[in-house]
Amino acid sequence: MEHLFNIFIKSIFIDNMIFAFFLGMCSYLAVSKTVKTSIGLGVAVVFVLLITTPVNFLVEHYVLKKGALAWLGGGFADVDLSFLTFMVFIAVIAAIVQLVEMIIEKFSPSLYNSLGIFLPLIAVNCAILGAALFMQEREYQTVAEATVFGVGSGIGWMLAIVSIAAIREKLRYSNVPDPLKGLGITFILTGLMAIAFMGFMGIKL
Amino acid sequence: MSNQEKEPMFSAKNLKLFTAPLGSDNPITVQVLGICSALAVTVKLKPAIVMALSVTIVVAVSNVVIAAMRKYIPDRIRIIVQLVVIATMVILVDQFLKAYAFDVSKQLSVFVGLIITNCIIMGRLEAFAMANKPWPSFIDGLGNGAGYGIILIIVAFFRELLGSGTIYGYPVIEKLGIYSTGYENNGMMILPPMALIALGIIIWVQRSRNKSLIEKK
Repeated sequence: MEHLFNIFIKSIFIDNMIFAFFLGMCSYLAVSKTVKTSIGLGVAVVFVLLITTPVNFLVEHYVLKKGALAWLGGGFADVDLSFLTFMVFIAVIAAIVQLVEMIIEKFSPSLYNSLGIFLPLIAVNCAILGAALFMQEREYQTVAEATVFGVGSGIGWMLAIVSIAAIREKLRYSNVPDPLKGLGITFILTGLMAIAFMGFMGIKL
Repeated sequence: MSNQEKEPMFSAKNLKLFTAPLGSDNPITVQVLGICSALAVTVKLKPAIVMALSVTIVVAVSNVVIAAMRKYIPDRIRIIVQLVVIATMVILVDQFLKAYAFDVSKQLSVFVGLIITNCIIMGRLEAFAMANKPWPSFIDGLGNGAGYGIILIIVAFFRELLGSGTIYGYPVIEKLGIYSTGYENNGMMILPPMALIALGIIIWVQRSRNKSLIEKK
């Protein structure tokens, strides 16, 4: 239990998707103009990561890894499909995002109205594929670990986008030099926030 | 199509497709695409150059493939088709790097795979290749790849020089004897936050030189 909690805290603060790995920067920059929309996108990302990370973990362990197909019988024990990783992961993500979109539309139109426009964007959000690839690279051993890692990364991403959106709302009243307006100042602010987040690096878990 | 209508291969229009992304229509600083991978691989020049080349190849070739197929792709499933084309290209690049440049491939770690979701490629496919012939699309891909590469190389150059005191692994600062004057490497430059700030400063410089790029509020 403690071990899972460690992964959770680590993925939110220390290995933050935005501040440590710059994943999902495109939508982070494009959708962080108001707090309200950024919360919507943040929730959608957490939700999609919650589902895709464990699914990709299972796919990795029962289909792609060297020897993973052994459950089909002895003849498959040597098959190594790991070169297909990217293709399969992105297909799984795109399919799940589509599925989630349809399910939400069917069962909760109000949630769909607030999340719906963000869902297609998420399929090509680097944070989702990034989480799947990091999950593979760091060799998490159980589904629980993978799930906790996915949710943690999502929450870390949401934390980052909501806080930058709040800062950008306040920024409207300040006098930024013209050439820095918009994109430039957002980068510098993100850099400063990342320096603050580096304070968490000292934590040993 | 008759021969008279055909424009020359290197017409002014096509040349512009190549040069615009290098400056006033740069994918990173103006179109805000492909930031994700741009920052993480810029600690040293070598991975930055490899990354720039990989992205250029992927965007140029997938632009051509999509442009050639553009009339046969049903509108509703175009994203999936594009992803499949991109993923195929990225797998080729990844396997190639693993075979011929294993150390760089290890340094780039997940970021080679993340070329798939690099917004530059999806963005160019959507905005350009879906509406243009293969040859202009190819030039557009090369131009955008090069524009992306330039920013990567500028950021990596400064981060490597100031952070590790080397240029492409060659110890410039040490050879020039600057250390003996009390100069020390700035360890901060190697850490992630400085990549963001360096990019912010590049945008600042570019926009103060080219006023038309300033965002209106």
